[in-house]
Amino acid sequence: MTPRRRRLGLVVGILLGVSIAGVLALSAFRKNVTFYFDPSQVAAGQVPVGEPFRLGGMVTEGTVQRAPGSLEVRFVVTDFAHDVPVSYSGVLPDLFREGAGVVAQGRLRSDGTFLADEVLAKHDEKYMPPAVAKSLKRRHGEARSEPGS
Amino acid sequence: MLPELGQFALILALLLAGVQAFFGIAGPMLGRDRWIAAVTPAVAGQAVMVATAVGCLIAAFVGNDFSVSYVAANSNTALPVFYRVTALWGAHEGSLLLWILLLAGWTVAVAIGSARLPPRFAARVLGVLGVVSFGFLLFTLATSNPFMRLDPPMPDGHDLNPILQDPALAIHPPILYTGYVGFAVAFAFACAAMLEGRLDQTWARWTRPWTTAAWAFLTCGIALGSFWAYYELGWGGFWFWDPVENASFMPWLVGTALIHSLAVTEKRGLFKSWTLLLAILTFSLSMLGTFLVRSGVLVSVHSFAADPARGIFILAFLVIMIGGALALYAWRAPLLKSSAGFELGARESFLLFNNVLLIIAATTVFAGTMAPLISDALGLGTVSVGPPYFNPTFLLSMLPLTALLSVGIHSNWKRGRLRDSQRALLMTLVAAAVLACALVYGIYEHGQVLTPVGALLGVWIILSSFVEPIARWRRGVRVPRGMLGMSIAHSGLGVLVIALTTVQSFTREHDVALAPGASTTVGSYVFRFDGVQAIEGPNYDGLGATVTVTRGGAPVSVFKPQKRQYWVQHQMTTETAIRMDHGNNILVALGEDLGAGRWSLRVQIRPLVSFIWLAALVMAIGGAVAASDRRYRISRITEATVPAAPEGSAA
Repeated sequence: MTPRRRRLGLVVGILLGVSIAGVLALSAFRKNVTFYFDPSQVAAGQVPVGEPFRLGGMVTEGTVQRAPGSLEVRFVVTDFAHDVPVSYSGVLPDLFREGAGVVAQGRLRSDGTFLADEVLAKHDEKYMPPAVAKSLKRRHGEARSEPGS
Repeated sequence: MLPELGQFALILALLLAGVQAFFGIAGPMLGRDRWIAAVTPAVAGQAVMVATAVGCLIAAFVGNDFSVSYVAANSNTALPVFYRVTALWGAHEGSLLLWILLLAGWTVAVAIGSARLPPRFAARVLGVLGVVSFGFLLFTLATSNPFMRLDPPMPDGHDLNPILQDPALAIHPPILYTGYVGFAVAFAFACAAMLEGRLDQTWARWTRPWTTAAWAFLTCGIALGSFWAYYELGWGGFWFWDPVENASFMPWLVGTALIHSLAVTEKRGLFKSWTLLLAILTFSLSMLGTFLVRSGVLVSVHSFAADPARGIFILAFLVIMIGGALALYAWRAPLLKSSAGFELGARESFLLFNNVLLIIAATTVFAGTMAPLISDALGLGTVSVGPPYFNPTFLLSMLPLTALLSVGIHSNWKRGRLRDSQRALLMTLVAAAVLACALVYGIYEHGQVLTPVGALLGVWIILSSFVEPIARWRRGVRVPRGMLGMSIAHSGLGVLVIALTTVQSFTREHDVALAPGASTTVGSYVFRFDGVQAIEGPNYDGLGATVTVTRGGAPVSVFKPQKRQYWVQHQMTTETAIRMDHGNNILVALGEDLGAGRWSLRVQIRPLVSFIWLAALVMAIGGAVAASDRRYRISRITEATVPAAPEGSAA
């Protein structure tokens, strides 16, 4: 083999490797990207039951309930137009509180309850996840709603 | 008065940066030696001015001057003095000032270190650094002035974000930024070479120690951030593929490719334009990281400051800097032809694979980090990309990278024969297989498919990286620091691979509800919850739990996790309790009062997790050792002797 052909072979090999990696990355992407929905989209039935997704909104005041002494907790996430009941078992993050923004990851059960395996409320108390803020703003016109945040 | 003085000093620094940039670039171009002579004084003056500005801001923090808006937003009279100083980089404006200070520091170091370089080339390097500094100073003064006054002043400050009140996070940004900014030096060397139209092996030898030093700092900075996230955020993970983490990881990946590509350029005079491109890319990603994190563009835990108004300036600045450098590259790179060839099994090929795999890794991380932004901007819905995407795609490029490493370091330059080192390679491979099996099946009970593979590759890298230094040592031949540093850094990578494998395979975590006196068993450890007491600190109060841990009846330790409520911002933070025992990292975090006398606790056992940060430290030490190699110390070089390199580049 001449050095030129060898180099050509090397370049082709690398390109092949890169494209295989690209295809695999893309398929990983399609399978592993989590979509975000707000309660109104859930109410409108846009979310397939049983598929994992992220639910974002505000924790409705006075809805956090806990069976005494148990890790099971229930609360309601709202975008001030629609509500979704959430159930979770585990330690809640420091910044989780009623009236604050929250993002939960999990699945919708057939009874309409969102079963969360992870609750994210990582930001400070004034912070609202931009996605939540945007969907709240969008819903604000549609719902007569309480003067939210 | 002091804040005004600081602002004035910043304006002077801006002017001096302009002087440095103009004389540094125009001087050599027009051949004016007196212009070139003016560059170094400008560098010194700029450094003094920037240091003055930083001093003024620190004085405002320590003296609780709440008439300064930035101080009022990030400090408080109850804040301990140490954190009042580190609050300097607690938010966007001060972080930029820190960035500028570190750039001034690196520039002074380059000015001193390049006293023996050809004056024209040195002037060009300093000139490019002046352009970078000018841009950042202009950005700070125009959009993010840290000396802005408040009228009327606030009686007391809003306090530093409580999660930032922590020793590891206090030193994390300066070290991380030292790494980011250090790549500006590699960038400046690359631009200077392109302006000169000449790039030879001497150039690579000048550039290597700076790049390796910056890489070592970045490695330390990322590890510190990961360590902090592990114990302070209370979630008990060491890496979340969070956008901010990715922002610092991408320049690291590309920077790692750069230091390997520089090795080829130095030893063989190859990969020239590729090295230049990597230098530009690394620094671009560093700047992108700085801006993305602090401008709040990315939705993430770490984005304390959110002000999209600065976006336009950032975008314009990045386009000018990166676009300018790439235009220069397009214009000049064709001049820098490499002529030598190499065989497929030669070391050059392995370093090429290294570069390709690292760039693929960086690209997949980049895609995952940007996808939510792009999808949002195009109205395709809001998505989040997490570990399910990043873990497999990252593994895809890291598996071949770590598998090829051991063979690669035993290959020869230019020739593709491995005969001399075949025996050493096979022996280390067999030894690694035995040790890996002992680790996976002897110490830990079970594993997944990849567990033995990871353990094998990790052990193999460690063993094989010391074959050559030990062989030399036994023959009584001196081991150069460059080689020693490489072996240390590679063995650090081996430790990292082993640690990541065991952590991913053998972690146990549980959230439990316990009443005082009750206990729970996780793995071979028994956790007894002894109750909760009130605690009080200098600027917070809260609750402290006592958890006694035993293993087979023998006491291990008493854990005291806390839940703190900071007075000013009313923010709760979780202070986890962490102990090492038999290589296991045990973490206990206090949850909340569940009623009925029970409390929630999070208990995690992660084997070898501390070795992740230790490995990063070893890698950084390896970088430091390599950067201090005597070979890089520049003996007197005059311009006439420079183009003497065999593979003369420019025509």
